[in-house]
Amino acid sequence: MTCGCCQNRLPVTYRIAEVRRETPFVQTFVFPVSLGARPGQFVMVWLPGVDEVPMSVANDDGKKLQITFFAVGDTTKKLAGLKKGDLVGLRGPFGTHYAWKPKQTIVLVAGGYGAAPMYFAASEAAKDKCTLMAIIGARSKEHLLYLDAFSRLPKTTVSIATDDGSQGHKGFNVDLLKEFLEGKEKKPDQVFACGPERMLVAVSDLCAEHSVPCQLSLERYMKCGYGLCGNCVINGVRMCVDGPVVQNDAARAFTEFGKVHRDHLGKKHTL
Amino acid sequence: MHLSQTVLGVTFKNPTVLASGIWGITASSWRRVAQSGAGGVTTKSLWLTEHKGHPNPTIISTPHWTLNAVGVPDAGIEKAREEIGEYNAQKPVPLIANIIANTVENYGKTAAEIVTLKPDFIEVNISCPNVEDEFGKPFACSVRDASAVTKAVKAVSGKTPVFIKLSPNVDDIGAIASACAEAGADGFTVINTLGPGMAIDLRSRLPILANKVGGMSGPGIKPLAVRCIADVYRATGGKLPIIGTGGVMTGEDAIEFLLAGATLIGIGTAVSLRGAEVFRLVCEEMAAWCDTEGVKKPAELIGGMHRALSAQKS
Repeated sequence: MTCGCCQNRLPVTYRIAEVRRETPFVQTFVFPVSLGARPGQFVMVWLPGVDEVPMSVANDDGKKLQITFFAVGDTTKKLAGLKKGDLVGLRGPFGTHYAWKPKQTIVLVAGGYGAAPMYFAASEAAKDKCTLMAIIGARSKEHLLYLDAFSRLPKTTVSIATDDGSQGHKGFNVDLLKEFLEGKEKKPDQVFACGPERMLVAVSDLCAEHSVPCQLSLERYMKCGYGLCGNCVINGVRMCVDGPVVQNDAARAFTEFGKVHRDHLGKKHTL
Repeated sequence: MHLSQTVLGVTFKNPTVLASGIWGITASSWRRVAQSGAGGVTTKSLWLTEHKGHPNPTIISTPHWTLNAVGVPDAGIEKAREEIGEYNAQKPVPLIANIIANTVENYGKTAAEIVTLKPDFIEVNISCPNVEDEFGKPFACSVRDASAVTKAVKAVSGKTPVFIKLSPNVDDIGAIASACAEAGADGFTVINTLGPGMAIDLRSRLPILANKVGGMSGPGIKPLAVRCIADVYRATGGKLPIIGTGGVMTGEDAIEFLLAGATLIGIGTAVSLRGAEVFRLVCEEMAAWCDTEGVKKPAELIGGMHRALSAQKS
């Protein structure tokens, strides 16, 4: 458990140092602060007077922290309207992170805006001389994220899948993972995955079938971020404390994985 | 060390209880908390019908305090039926169903539904300080209102013991407790959160909580809880059990609550400071303290401060 004194549980507002447009729908904010976040951890992002939402950290290099988000909900649409110098509150980092050992071979499966935290994991694992294979999937070419950044990493190959075939393999990123795991090449030490839960279920099944260790990032509705409110539970386990990154064995033991999530009232919904 | 206690016919394997509003939204969560060593669990406040909470930020903390204005969100009685039903089908530790409503009449209606779900106790939240914009001053702030809610709930609760959860934000908590006891309360939960309080972000100059204000909890409020427990114990002659809650972090904090007059110990904010294992840790620390001090079982300590004061006088 992260203790209260080394985790920022009270939001502090920072001025946006840089705004980068990644795709027509996605942008990155860079903040002039490090929260000491590790890949896979999240921060609560507060737009004063509007709302506060959880977001995966897209990078934290010890000096600057960045988030990459898709303007899809009310809050993220309002966030998307901000510019350099505007104030955004941050608290965290919260939750578990991806873990690896030096020189491991890791396949990273990213779906949609899951590419941002996957890039953070890849760039940190690259520092530990890991050999990386990034499989990046999106609906279409214009939704692909962080391609250039991935291709600049050492010992990293990048494969692409788009639903409509506008770039790379026509179909799912999971198809490429399946092909790789069923191929003649040596099995990777680990698979990391971040993306829609249906994709995670498919990755989980494939990794279980091929006995490859796998870490998945599970997303649930968050309020406090540090284990008090209980809103983000999967089978009673708080994803803000014991997630969002979980080992495949743990994910597969959850009967709610891939099936059930809960809204802000705690009401069950099927995925 | 015998940490178990039987309270109004219900046996708790140890005196620690998960406080309402913490973690406890689902049956599987209550079960996880029980696995972590809690002697009992309390549900988040249950409404008869769906009730929306406040927007985020709703919960913020420093190591000294937590401010919350979650706004008591709940999906309503059908969800309670499903979750409590699932929990009771294989119940590891006693369940306290915490209920809330907006009128005296609706407290009665909610209690009538909840009692059919067979919780071990009903805990009546009449003291939430972060829905005042919506409902006005809490019922716990008036002798008349607190008594009326108690009567309404007791009229339908049958054999299920009813605990009234009191507010520290009153001039005379003892007078409120006495009125509830006269109205038939079987016990009390002391205290709900303090305040409300406020925290301001310096650069934006805005309150951080979307609701602007929120109830305070955490280690900093413990002395207030101790005083309130002592007041309620004295006002009711030590005859009714008290679930003492507010800032308990350690076994020694729990011992202090027992001395003030608590029978069971509610643990809330500490879950985010010492982790889920806080229940087991508090129990181990209580047991170790009792061993060192030659106390055979913690239950001997309940109300000990009042007896020590009397002994001093005589």
